[in-house]
Amino acid sequence: MSSEPKVDRAVLVDIYRRMALIQRSDERFRAVIKAGKIVAPYYSPRGQECIPAAVSVSLGDEDYVCTIYRGIHDMLAKGVPSKLLWAEIAGKATGTCKGKGGPMHITHRESGVMVTTGIVGSSMPIANGLALAAQIRGEKRVAVAYFGDGASNIGAFHESLNMAAVWKLPVVFVCQNNGYGEHTRYDIATSAKRISDRAAGYQMPGVTVDGNDPLAVYKAARSAIIRARSGDGPTLIEAMTFRFQGHVFGDADAYMAPGEKQAAMARDPVPRFRSWLLEGGVAEAELATLEAAIDHQIDEAVAFALESPLPGVAELHRDVFAEEITA
Amino acid sequence: MSRGMNTIQAVNLALDEAMGLDENVILLGEDIADAQEGGIVGVTKGLSSKYGTARVRSTPISEQAIIGAAIGAAIVGMRPVAEIMLMNFTTVAMDMIVNHAAKLRFMSGGQTHVPITIRTMTGAGFGTGGQHADYLEAWFAHTAGLKVVAPSSPAEAYGLMLSCIFDDDPCLFIENMPSYWTPGEAPLLGQRIPLGKARVVSEGGDVTVIAYSRIVQDCAAVAGKLAKEGIGVELIDLRTIAPLDRATLIASVAKTRRAVVVHEAVRPFGVGAEIAALLNEHLFGQLRAPVQRVGAPHCPVPFSKPLETAFVPQQADIEAAVRKTLG
Repeated sequence: MSSEPKVDRAVLVDIYRRMALIQRSDERFRAVIKAGKIVAPYYSPRGQECIPAAVSVSLGDEDYVCTIYRGIHDMLAKGVPSKLLWAEIAGKATGTCKGKGGPMHITHRESGVMVTTGIVGSSMPIANGLALAAQIRGEKRVAVAYFGDGASNIGAFHESLNMAAVWKLPVVFVCQNNGYGEHTRYDIATSAKRISDRAAGYQMPGVTVDGNDPLAVYKAARSAIIRARSGDGPTLIEAMTFRFQGHVFGDADAYMAPGEKQAAMARDPVPRFRSWLLEGGVAEAELATLEAAIDHQIDEAVAFALESPLPGVAELHRDVFAEEITA
Repeated sequence: MSRGMNTIQAVNLALDEAMGLDENVILLGEDIADAQEGGIVGVTKGLSSKYGTARVRSTPISEQAIIGAAIGAAIVGMRPVAEIMLMNFTTVAMDMIVNHAAKLRFMSGGQTHVPITIRTMTGAGFGTGGQHADYLEAWFAHTAGLKVVAPSSPAEAYGLMLSCIFDDDPCLFIENMPSYWTPGEAPLLGQRIPLGKARVVSEGGDVTVIAYSRIVQDCAAVAGKLAKEGIGVELIDLRTIAPLDRATLIASVAKTRRAVVVHEAVRPFGVGAEIAALLNEHLFGQLRAPVQRVGAPHCPVPFSKPLETAFVPQQADIEAAVRKTLG
């Protein structure tokens, strides 16, 4: 873990809080889905907690996020309320999107999560538009687009980086490089040695960081966010990480090299950061209190999601257009 | 207001008026600013000089990025008008149009909406061959959440464009390129034409002819000719293809008991098929003849002049279809 310069202790604990929330939520999601209490396609972000946690501490509610189907960590880190998120994943009327979006299409305006897309590579063009609106209006908002390494091979990635650079849009492109696009290993599908090398083609800063090192991600993200906010344009951050649960939850992982996942799991970023904090003088009791609060928050959210009503079928005709269309 | 305004001038006037009324109206598209000559046919000429290049932006040739930027800006309250130069180029941006613009209102449970207008031009007649002249409206009309608008004259283009810009849903606005320079009736300044409402162009008791876009003019000429023989054609200009004004169509055909649907798009799987099915569902047993469809043959738009001429439905084809319903 990188050490200097000093990062405020409260920021470090806040990053850990977000990581622990993601880790514990994910474990509960998988348990509840496995128990058959909720039926939903689930793309676990386990192993990637650090990235949005360390990015989001430098963002406010007024800043925007566009994320993807593997984005539950991005949403929790940005502040989407657990109850509403759980209810949406359960397809309930009380969910963020009345149960009409589902886990791959979460929107929660109040926390700035504006779009969650199930289409690889599509978070970036829309993040540009959010940033464009802020730029035209003279607002100091920043848009963050999260995506995976596979998305950097989509045309929209290249179009978006070019447009953002030409227009100096206040956007930060955060690639969560977990080494696999679905079942295909990075080097089989991607010509660039590093995704961040592609930034040079668009004359924007590009940096690769250890995505499991909260300080490294925090520092890279902070300088990119400050750069975007001050009108100097976009940055591409590539955060190296690993997904512990394969592509979709239930994935057999047969496409991975033997031992690869186990080795990555042995370096689990969440307990590692926790130990680092304790070594640095943060009290065990402080973290335990924070974790107990998270567990309570998750308990409440699960109960809320399971007890909430399902949407009525009349919802099929609502929100297609502004006005309800009949016949 | 000058008489003899053409569609280029009419659309320009609507854009100008909308930009003057609301600073959230912005224009995005390839070559649209005055430094790039205000668009390939000059539809946006003068607007960047009047409103600035922050609001009238020439873009890179990046259709996904153009629509993505429009979507992002729209979900935070702007009213972007994105130009996709030619309708065939919408294919490059289908993900953004179909998966995102059309669905975000629904998938977000009504939290966000996408008030964008996508302007595009098309139509055979210029010898551009297979990739610059397709009418693809059926694809978009088939997608829930999109409004599809096809004006038949300069005055219609003006009034419908204003409505699209200030509508809260995504609108695809299809301009016919070969008739761009044809003067028509002057639009009524400031008057918006409601979306989703067809126009009865001329009343008649014998047969209903349903059309949209430029070919409405050909239908009007045929109706005029047949009127001299005492055949009463009720001509309906759809104006908005989606949502379809079913009530007006059913009421008219319930009266005439004969119908012909006319469009420039290829006939199979087209809008005409949907309308024929609708009329059968509602008026089976009352129809005096099968509903006739006039459209292009099921082939790509050809280049060679005699082939191109034969591809576009002609007045003789419309007339023959009408006579066929009369038996």
